[in-house]
Amino acid sequence: MTHFELSDAELEQRFQQRIDDEQKIEPKDWMPAAYRKNLIRQISQHAHSEVIGMQPEGNWLSRAPTLQRKMILLAKVQDEGGHGLYLYSAAETLGASREEMVDALHEGRAKYASIFNYPTLTWADIGTIGWLVDGAAIVNQISLQRTSYGPYARAMVRICKEESFHQRQGYESLIALVNGSDEQKAMAQDALNRWWWPSLMMFGPHDADSAHSGQSMKWKIKRKSNDSLRQDFVDQTVPQADFLGLHIPDEELKWNEERGHYDFGEIDWEEFARVVNGDGMCNRDRVRHHKKAQDDGAWVRDALRAYEQKKRANAEKAA
Amino acid sequence: MNEAIKTEQSALLNFVLAEADDALILGQRLIEWCYSAPYLEEDLAISNVCLDYLGRANNFYEYASELDTRKRSADQLAMLRDSREFSNLLIHELPIGDFAFTMARQFVLDVFYVEYLAVLMDSTDDRIAGIAAKSAKECDYHLRRSREWILRLGDGTEESHTRLQNGLNELWGYIPELFMQSEAEKQLMAQGVCADRAALQPAWDACVNEVLEQATLTRPDVSWKVSGGREGIHTETHGYLLADMQFLQRAYPGQQW
Amino acid sequence: MNQKNILPLYEIFIRSKRGLDHKHVGSLHAENSEQALEYARDVYTRRSEGVSIWVVLASDITASQEEDASSFYDPSDDKPYRHAMHYVLPEPINNM
Repeated sequence: MTHFELSDAELEQRFQQRIDDEQKIEPKDWMPAAYRKNLIRQISQHAHSEVIGMQPEGNWLSRAPTLQRKMILLAKVQDEGGHGLYLYSAAETLGASREEMVDALHEGRAKYASIFNYPTLTWADIGTIGWLVDGAAIVNQISLQRTSYGPYARAMVRICKEESFHQRQGYESLIALVNGSDEQKAMAQDALNRWWWPSLMMFGPHDADSAHSGQSMKWKIKRKSNDSLRQDFVDQTVPQADFLGLHIPDEELKWNEERGHYDFGEIDWEEFARVVNGDGMCNRDRVRHHKKAQDDGAWVRDALRAYEQKKRANAEKAA
Repeated sequence: MNEAIKTEQSALLNFVLAEADDALILGQRLIEWCYSAPYLEEDLAISNVCLDYLGRANNFYEYASELDTRKRSADQLAMLRDSREFSNLLIHELPIGDFAFTMARQFVLDVFYVEYLAVLMDSTDDRIAGIAAKSAKECDYHLRRSREWILRLGDGTEESHTRLQNGLNELWGYIPELFMQSEAEKQLMAQGVCADRAALQPAWDACVNEVLEQATLTRPDVSWKVSGGREGIHTETHGYLLADMQFLQRAYPGQQW
Repeated sequence: MNQKNILPLYEIFIRSKRGLDHKHVGSLHAENSEQALEYARDVYTRRSEGVSIWVVLASDITASQEEDASSFYDPSDDKPYRHAMHYVLPEPINNM
């Protein structure tokens, strides 16, 4: 039997059945247009986040306080670029070209994690980003290792394996700060104060307000809801903050014996919307920098192409 | 400073510090490309080269720290010496320029270092020989990369050719310093600790000439040349590079990070 | 970005250690296969993951299509005797 004989409804039913059976969807499989579109949106957004995320941390590369910290941070920023590349690669299996995705980023049609629109002001921000931002990303990515689209799931497995060092190096550098001078401790606390809420925002709107959540869960693109991932993150992070002797800036944060989870305060959703929609400190700088690097590199890519063409022409002449 | 301090330091320490400074300062410059290269694959590739240089710097500073009678740590040596005490050769400190300038610099240095490290690997000082052997492997890959870039950009488009030729012209007067023997090296030569830099020039010339010709580039014929890095006489950008790099250690003295 | 600026897509396969097959790990963009090899080293083997790399121009890969799937794979479905689990062995030796 070939698919020409199947109606879209039947194909979609088979597709859903495959997902319900926990089978992966692979690039050449039939898939609903909306599944493809939804995946391209999510994977490219994820890729852009990795790549744009190189900037706030890269901002401290030249100023890292020791040789070791400098090398660690560079290896980490480089990894983020690699992860962006794995993800672009996964999205390209769906027929989206990297150029289209990057254009969408430059034109503001594609988003990236809003947290990277906050500035990195002190060295403590670097440790805090590793601890909280990578921590939050890992919580999300662990669940995405089971996402229904094969290339995305495999990219996630690879990324999770590499990312474990990211969070640990961040936390370790914060340990050095909280064991240091009063100024260093204050620097660490100030960084936590600024990054805590944006980290919680990384999981997106409440489940009830999340535009894409329902369908994404049904298709198993997402495996856990925004709120439940956020709760996992809070539960794992509070004891880590206690260990550092740092105070999480949420007066409503307390252990709920009955739920077996921490209760925590409400996110400032107005700020969330503000930053998502472009009014963060760094939105314009991040995209501008990315576009500038692309534009400045155009002549290099032109040269590559021209050289390769000359080489081929010469080879043909010789043949 | 610094003549007083310098003579106090042994020739060996001066030599090791100079090697460390060369690697660190170039690494510090290359950092600027890590999220600004022409495309993502190149971000990653250039970061790998940068990490190699930072690793080399770290290895030499660790050794320098052991040799230092003032017991400064590797980080103190990197982060708390001022411009006059830094003895890197000038070519390493020049701002990154455009991608053509960066690749021109990488290429001329890679050709140099492949030859240089091959000699340094046989240093009578085991520590130096060990660091050189590790760096030499990395450097083979660096040269493979930068050589290809010279060919592509040189024989690519008119624009890339012009940019690369300009880059080479800008760079050329800083190259003679690579082949000059420092005071420390002159003292250490007899013991077979370091390399005879001047002796490397013919091999360097041969390789560079061949690649430039293949890339349709002209070997610059410039009448100017500058030197002074080994004596702590630097370009004006050097101080800014240090101010940036050393900011935290200077602003919060004596802390652990 | 204009079209002529797009570098071709290469699929990357890595042998993680001697004795194992090359395994598909992802893709990247490069102008030619030599450059693709170099970038593969930087992108996919940052932690010594490989001893050997293959790169293949993505457009050179011919893949079976979904509509072929039934003729490609279904005929094997009725030959369960090709699979080890077809043979039920007594528990003590069932890890064969």
